[in-house]
Amino acid sequence: MKFRRSMLFVPGSNTAMVCSAFVYKPDTVMFDLEDSVALSEKDSARVMVHHALQHFTYKDIETAVRVNPLDSIFGHLDLEAVVTAGTDIVRLPKTDTVKDVLDMQDAIEKIELKIGRTKKTKLLAAIESAEGVINAVDIARCSPRLMGIALGAEDFVRDLRTQRTKEGTELTAARSQILLAARAAKIQAFDSVFSDVRDKEGFIKEVNYIKGLGFDGKSLINPNQISVLHNIYAPSEKSIDWAYEVIEAAEHAKKNGLGVVSIDGKMVDAPIIARAEFTLELAKASGLIGVDDE
Amino acid sequence: MINSAHAGTLESSDVYIQINPIEGDKVEIDLSSSVAELYDDMIEELIRDTLKEMNISGVHINVQDKGALDFVIKARLQTAVFRACETKPTWGGTQNEV
Repeated sequence: MKFRRSMLFVPGSNTAMVCSAFVYKPDTVMFDLEDSVALSEKDSARVMVHHALQHFTYKDIETAVRVNPLDSIFGHLDLEAVVTAGTDIVRLPKTDTVKDVLDMQDAIEKIELKIGRTKKTKLLAAIESAEGVINAVDIARCSPRLMGIALGAEDFVRDLRTQRTKEGTELTAARSQILLAARAAKIQAFDSVFSDVRDKEGFIKEVNYIKGLGFDGKSLINPNQISVLHNIYAPSEKSIDWAYEVIEAAEHAKKNGLGVVSIDGKMVDAPIIARAEFTLELAKASGLIGVDDE
Repeated sequence: MINSAHAGTLESSDVYIQINPIEGDKVEIDLSSSVAELYDDMIEELIRDTLKEMNISGVHINVQDKGALDFVIKARLQTAVFRACETKPTWGGTQNEV
């Protein structure tokens, strides 16, 4: 399983960030050609990201690019530049309907066919409107290329005619719907950015909250948020010990032909084993255990 | 015939490139760099190679480098050329990368 706890937005027009983002080791570097890039620099950002994607510094890290909408004058140019350069994921801008995803998928397929790229570019849909939230279930299920859906909170609250608060009550319905849709479709769910980079306490509170809801991760706008988020997502020592115990018990049961085993009086069944395996994978991704420790 | 154009910034890690058309088919390069003594030959070679790939000559290129990586220099130069020629890139693509 590919963990995507941290997806770091990097404006395609910010050269220093484009050159250094990999250093901070987010799970995914997400270059942006859309909202963070001025109209006058759309062309230069597109060329910059095209080359960055192919640079050796991004060879061992997952890359995504948020492109401009296909119905804008930039969308198809963006797509051509990033798919030919081998981006792992294309993040759709505002996704309201299934058609938005399928149109993007068709456009990507045409480029892949043209250049003979056999590796299929994955898609990440950003839900940023009431219509998108209502359609989230259909959107999440509409394409095998879709690896996840993400909440874009800033545009969403504007559409709702409200504003973001630290409590996030205005996002409750959207977060729930997006998470359920993603889980039903067996894809990942990502929370929106936390914009106030100076408010570390608020950020920690929000990450704990969305982790508790079940989100796989969160879009980030500042490299300083990465380690904080990874620490919150890291499993505790106690849960790692528990996971080892479960795996050991399950292996013992399998070897001895036992149907079900129990630990401390609690039955160890398939969902428990799956949770233990997930915990160990996460511990590995968090650098808490090595491959040899398994 | 191409117009004058520029791309990039004078911020750290970036490069500012100004391109101007000149008579004939020469490529003239003026380079000032914060790392010039170490890398000026490599930067000039990169600029000449990139222009050759793009089939561009008869230009004067002014380069003010602020410690840009090679791909940044190439990206900025290509952008300046696209702007000067008022064309858009057609990307060949990387084949079957894994």
